Amino acid sequence: MANRASPGDPVVFLRDRTRWQWPEALPWILAVAIFFLQPITLNLGVQILITIIFALSLDLILGYGGVVTLGHAAYFGTGAYATGMLSAHLGWNEPISGLLAGASAAGIVGFVTGWVLLRYHGLALLMLTLALGIMMSEFANVTEAWTGGFDGLSGISIDPIFGIFENDLWRRNYYWYSLIVLFLVFLACRRIVHSAFGRSLVGIRENTQRMRAIGSPVHLRLVTIYTISAFMAGTAGALYAQVNAYVTLDVLSFARSGTVLIVLVLGGTGRLYGAFIGAFLYILIEDELAKEYPAYWELGLGFILVLAALFFRTGILGALESATGLFRRRAP
Amino acid sequence: MPGFVTAAVSIFFDGLAYAMLLFVISVGLSVTMGLMGFVNLAHGAFAMAGGYVTVAAMNMLGVPFIPALVLAFVIVAIISIPLERLLYAPLYKAGELDQVLMSIGIIFMAIAGVTLIFGPNPPAIVLPDFLKGQVDLGFKTFPTYRFFMIIVGIVMVVVLWLGFERTIIGAKIRAAVDNRQMAQAVGIDVDKLFILTFAMGSGLAAIGGGLAIDIVGISPTFAFNYLVLFLIVVSVGGLGSLRGAFLAAIVLGVIDTAGKYIWPEGGAFFIYVVTVAVLLVRPNGFFGKGETE
Amino acid sequence: MTNLLEVKGLHKNFGALKVTQDVHLALAPGARHALIGPNGAGKTTLINLIAGALKPDYGSIFLDTRDVTGMSEAGRVKSGMARTFQINQLFRKLTTLENVALSVSERLGRNHVFWRHAWRNSDVLEEAMALLKRLGLESDALTVIEELPYGRQRLVEIAITLGLSPNVLLLDEPAAGVPSSESPVILDAVDALGDDIAVLIIEHDMDVVFRFAKRISVLVGGAVLAEGVPDEIAANEQVRAVYLGEDADA
Repeated sequence: MANRASPGDPVVFLRDRTRWQWPEALPWILAVAIFFLQPITLNLGVQILITIIFALSLDLILGYGGVVTLGHAAYFGTGAYATGMLSAHLGWNEPISGLLAGASAAGIVGFVTGWVLLRYHGLALLMLTLALGIMMSEFANVTEAWTGGFDGLSGISIDPIFGIFENDLWRRNYYWYSLIVLFLVFLACRRIVHSAFGRSLVGIRENTQRMRAIGSPVHLRLVTIYTISAFMAGTAGALYAQVNAYVTLDVLSFARSGTVLIVLVLGGTGRLYGAFIGAFLYILIEDELAKEYPAYWELGLGFILVLAALFFRTGILGALESATGLFRRRAP
Repeated sequence: MPGFVTAAVSIFFDGLAYAMLLFVISVGLSVTMGLMGFVNLAHGAFAMAGGYVTVAAMNMLGVPFIPALVLAFVIVAIISIPLERLLYAPLYKAGELDQVLMSIGIIFMAIAGVTLIFGPNPPAIVLPDFLKGQVDLGFKTFPTYRFFMIIVGIVMVVVLWLGFERTIIGAKIRAAVDNRQMAQAVGIDVDKLFILTFAMGSGLAAIGGGLAIDIVGISPTFAFNYLVLFLIVVSVGGLGSLRGAFLAAIVLGVIDTAGKYIWPEGGAFFIYVVTVAVLLVRPNGFFGKGETE
Repeated sequence: MTNLLEVKGLHKNFGALKVTQDVHLALAPGARHALIGPNGAGKTTLINLIAGALKPDYGSIFLDTRDVTGMSEAGRVKSGMARTFQINQLFRKLTTLENVALSVSERLGRNHVFWRHAWRNSDVLEEAMALLKRLGLESDALTVIEELPYGRQRLVEIAITLGLSPNVLLLDEPAAGVPSSESPVILDAVDALGDDIAVLIIEHDMDVVFRFAKRISVLVGGAVLAEGVPDEIAANEQVRAVYLGEDADA
């Protein structure tokens, strides 16, 4: 098999595995090409970029930490509402600090909820994430005075970025803004998963019992990554609020939690790039199909999910990887 | 009688009728999840299918309401068997994530299928005369249909309880929920048992779907809209526990009804607070299997 | 001399089943203490209690005179205790080197660092490689665990534990499932441990027990039936009747 290697210098082996490789430039080249060629509208492109950030955040806890959640929209929504409310109620319209504020709010909520939730596992954890996510959505609904409730939060007006680049109708500026945010988030994710901390998360995913036996503070590790993940999900949500200048309860919905899970798993978990492929294909196909033929879109999506669960558990990227070995460098 | 007392009684009454609906639909999910530990988000799809079989039987074939419910039970139970073998059985040993995805996939396909056949709008049926109108209990009148719901629910509980406690198959199911390996070791065919409970559970959900038409209504997205509610009834009650599912259905049904009555815009908030609170204190629900440490 | 590990009056019940009854143990530095007993005697449970994977009903556990009874599993590891598992508990999708590096890195407090590439911790990798060499695993350093034969995996199990530099080592049948050609490697590695380390070992192979152990406790039905030096245990009539007789096939 490909994973058996002759014992060269192990440090070189491990370093080479984390090195940038040329296929990793593809998504970014594609993103720039989309801006200039515009085969799809930039508005759709921005949606894809935001979904990638959201799915990346999920990959950190699901793909690396091994925590299955049905309530990740709670943090996306917190970021969206925090940024939105800061602008709508307090007139805090500066985009970059607004983005960071939204992300931080989500990170704080992630820390507090994660601290409690991550003491549970299995079905109890799954149900708690689900119930907590919906509770947040109902909470936003009842705090209508702040969130706008069912009618949505309007009155968000974000200043031009650096006082220059405003949110134009074609999203030309916001496409770059989202792309740069995605790039930064991705760099952070890449660094985290290749760090000793990231390896210890994989250890927790692979064998929690052994991690405890080597003295690992499992709960603290999971809370840490959960908080980082919530911060990134909040970044995606905040970006969403700034782009659309409007936030509805939909940002906290179970459907959004479910969708990001589908996006990530179909793309491939525990690989970072799974989020890119999953989000790109899902949003594109949904955009083509969902409005015109909703029933066929649902039928096809359902069918693919069933097939994926039964036969392709590693997602598109996993299938590609075993077919070509493209994204994993083999040792010489 | 003072106004608030009659209001409380009628909230309780409505809540009870709603609770019975939750119970009838969720009980099968509780037993199957207790048996196999399968996180089945698609259970509501069987309820929806039952609702649409009832609608089709009544509106197209002119079958009366009660026989239509029986028909829904039989048809959905039969359909569920090949689904269980083909889709569920291969994933019993898989992780929660695969089970969640697969069952979400089934929901999507069910939504699409029903939309393509019946259209996106909620269908209506005409109830038989004896279920229309109001029942007068002296101090207040109640809708006959809700009265009927409560009676159906109580009858179901009694029948299921007798089935669980007094039959050999019931004893086998209880043994298998309690300890699957042990049950297998003493020669219980857990696979066959599971097919049977899966079919019965789906059939019961189908009856629930038929009963739901005139209370909460059904539509192609029924399975999605109520997915969370059925799951929380099951997990708050405790997997595989009949009395747990019953108690949880009553608690959640009454709290939800009361919450929505007292505070129409925000009432749904309460049951999630209750659910989170119960699960934090008792992760395995009211009557779930404890941690065998 | 102070004891590195001391167990006092430990009790544990699973429902009506008494799995641990009033167990006392004391291991000084350099101790090589074997725990023997028939299947179901509660040996692994005792290890789990000492390691902190289970909580005792009564009794206390001291590590280097410090009461660790209420301490978490991870806390005890930080205080110098480490254990192996009867059935391999490895990170199956990672390489042998990464398995061992995880434990070394955990001991050195690197595993909370998320802003630095793991491969830059060259001290961690060097130490892990040295451990692999010691156990004859260096040729498998970059092999993924699930592709290793079970006997080799057993060595990784030991290597991970040694990566924690414990002064109290709990070994749960370290040589079980290892082909006889490889079991000396394990026993040599354990033999080579310093005199400052106390070792508690569960073992079925009586040759190994009598060669290795300086003291033996015989556990039957969760209680200590006899404790003493190997000669005393070999001469003990009760032990012969209850344990050695029954378990003649071991």
